[in-house]
Amino acid sequence: MTDAEPESLEELHDPSSEGLEGYNYAYLDEHTKREVRRATLKAISIPGHQVPYASRAMPLARGWGTGGIQASLSLLGPDDVFKVIDQGSDASVNAANIRRLAETTADIETTTDTTAASVIQTRHRIPEEVLTDDQILVLQVPVTDALRRVDGSDDRNRTRHAHADYSKMWVALYESVVQWGEVDIGARYPVMVEGRYLMDPSPIPRWDVPKLHDADNLFVFAAGREARIYAIPPHTDVEPLAFEDRSFRVEHFDEEACDACGSTDTFLTEVEGEDGERRFACNDTSFCEKRQRNSDCAKDDHLERSDIAWGPGTGIDPNGFVGDGGEDI
Amino acid sequence: MTFLDADGLTKVYGEGCSACLATTGPEYDRNRCPECDSVVACADVSFEVRDGEVLGIVGESGSGKSSVAEILALDADATAGTATIRGHGDVLDADYQRRREIRDEHLGMVHQHVHDGLNLSFTGGGNVAEKLLSAGWRHYGDIRSRVRGLFEETEVPVDRMDDSAETYSGGMQRRVQIAKAIANDPGLVVLDEPTTGLDVSVQARVLDTFRRLQREQDVATVVVSHDLSVVRLLADRVLVMRQGRIVEAGLTDRVMEDPHHEYTQTLINSII
Amino acid sequence: MSTSTNSDGEQPRLAVTDLSKRFQMHVVDGREVVGLDSVEFDVAAGEFLAVVGESGSGKSSLLKCLHRTYEPTDGTIEYDTGDSVVDLATCNERTILSLRGTDVGYVSQFLREIPRVPAVDVVARPLRESGSSPEQARETARGLLERLQLPRELFDAYPATFSGGERQRVNFARGIAPRPRLLLLDEPTSALDPETREHALKLLRDYLGDDTAVVGVFHNHDVVERVADRVLTIDDARVVDVRPTGGEST
Repeated sequence: MTDAEPESLEELHDPSSEGLEGYNYAYLDEHTKREVRRATLKAISIPGHQVPYASRAMPLARGWGTGGIQASLSLLGPDDVFKVIDQGSDASVNAANIRRLAETTADIETTTDTTAASVIQTRHRIPEEVLTDDQILVLQVPVTDALRRVDGSDDRNRTRHAHADYSKMWVALYESVVQWGEVDIGARYPVMVEGRYLMDPSPIPRWDVPKLHDADNLFVFAAGREARIYAIPPHTDVEPLAFEDRSFRVEHFDEEACDACGSTDTFLTEVEGEDGERRFACNDTSFCEKRQRNSDCAKDDHLERSDIAWGPGTGIDPNGFVGDGGEDI
Repeated sequence: MTFLDADGLTKVYGEGCSACLATTGPEYDRNRCPECDSVVACADVSFEVRDGEVLGIVGESGSGKSSVAEILALDADATAGTATIRGHGDVLDADYQRRREIRDEHLGMVHQHVHDGLNLSFTGGGNVAEKLLSAGWRHYGDIRSRVRGLFEETEVPVDRMDDSAETYSGGMQRRVQIAKAIANDPGLVVLDEPTTGLDVSVQARVLDTFRRLQREQDVATVVVSHDLSVVRLLADRVLVMRQGRIVEAGLTDRVMEDPHHEYTQTLINSII
Repeated sequence: MSTSTNSDGEQPRLAVTDLSKRFQMHVVDGREVVGLDSVEFDVAAGEFLAVVGESGSGKSSLLKCLHRTYEPTDGTIEYDTGDSVVDLATCNERTILSLRGTDVGYVSQFLREIPRVPAVDVVARPLRESGSSPEQARETARGLLERLQLPRELFDAYPATFSGGERQRVNFARGIAPRPRLLLLDEPTSALDPETREHALKLLRDYLGDDTAVVGVFHNHDVVERVADRVLTIDDARVVDVRPTGGEST
């Protein structure tokens, strides 16, 4: 919207308007963007701490990435290249809609290539390819507080965060090991950020959790429904909660390889083909396509350095284990 | 050596006014201030407890003994007074963070109501482990063996360690609370009505277990009970409370057999 | 400190001067009851003083005052710890607690213990609390119970189920186990048959050796004559007579 008040109903409903016409740049009004940016800056200053912000209504239902969109649209400028992925896929309806909203209102380029994007909005995954200090990853967050697993009261949990009192969470881990022989948490694995705040990394698989540690890029986590933003700035210590003798482990896929590209060092999901047969496939579709074209393509091929730890499977341990496996009880 | 020095512990529920303390107490036979209607739960309660010593606090319900226990366990704020713990200063004056550290590492509490002391949805072992985890234990194997050892010491069947605490008998739950209370080798343990709600036969064994551990570990203890026989069996010295005030204090056998205060005499004479 | 001395001119183990105890009974209109009135006596190390008198004359009150289970109203009770002389009537409670743990033993007529503790552990407890290892303490406890002819099968049973005589033996063994320097006995053999009583009295001398000062209340005249060095007679809260055993009244 332009700064001037509309003078008539006709002006508001100008049938000729499309794209940017009639909307403020990047859809959100400037006050909202400023509000989101302020919250984001604060979140970056206090890594892992949940910062409240005035979450706006968005043209899609809460829970479909409204927080992520507000964060992305507040960050985007005309020179940005935007990528949106939904559980590893650029092609899902939701990802496509979000991409189109940004495209039409912010006048930006979009891409499916992880290495070409400056801002990536994602749900439930961190890309397989190593992100750089030129890139920002915006994660959509359904549940902001890791402690909600052990106590439903946000009030009590805020007090716990204030005093770094995470013993309840530790007891939950203890109970999990007692019952299952290991920590039985798949997605949303709780992590300690910079030794201070316990953080819910959003429902990324454990596979992606190690990528949060000492990364070159900025991670912004945004929840629309809960109106909270938190962040992990580059090169922050991020440690998954684990006992000294029960190390954190990522998912492992035994001898399986991607049915499409043959990769054995990527996060695989089991899919059912049209023939009804179950097979494994890369969850990150854009990287899978690269691998299909060039099976030697490494996760850090686009970088000059090649010693970057980016989660499992970056050459250090091809079996996808991190740490020393742990012992049996 | 003195481990705990409590001085002038006072707890007033309500707005409080200048008349509260002067118009309540045993000589007025009330704890509600006639001026402002505040309740003086306890006032001017002072005592000290040494390492290895057991102090009993007896009184009827409403005497203020549980308020004293809550204050000592850092579960409630005092309106006035100090509680100095050796090496830690006045813990009532400590901020939340330090209170938590002190509660986690230097205090043990056995609650009258199991829900205040245990999380019944956790395993019995998990409840004890919580205390260790709070104190920074991070090695699962070490935690397991410490919890196992504490179960053995408090005579809870070790093979029930991984069952939900909900499935335990009342006596076992009380023992798990004791295991939890002593898990970090605290300097002070506070027991609030340690036998209430238990079968008579179970009461005796819980008391015996606690007394053995208390002597072995030389831990300062405050035991709050309306049951004179519990205090008689555990305590070296005893305070008798009424309407929020201490009316008599002394060696436990002296207070029981040669009570001086009128109220204590009535109390002793009421024992069946 | 007072310097009361016995005939040898040495500091007695225990010197009681002008000891009085009055009870104020609030429940009966504040009536005052006299338990002891100006009692004086002393006991040397190794001496056995028997206290006799009618029921209600003040014998038990005297022992309880010495143990501070009753708080004396007036007078002094000077106890020689070896290092110093402590007035048991007025010293602070912590001193009393510590002396009870090491120096002063008290055997009441009745056993009062936490239920469901095996007999041998009841006896061993004071030894463990004064620093013996659990096994050593139990070993001594078993030895004492054997000498008192408590049936072996009862050693690991709970005293609550015992007969009066059996319980009294457990109580007796517990009282003497730590070898106190001052032993207060309140009719410790009242429920024992003559033969067992013989064993108990013999054990007393054998086990304690000749350093312990004993103040004992006994009903049985023969016992008094056999075990005591001197006899103190109390009547109506006052000492009416102190005499050596076997002799006439002084």
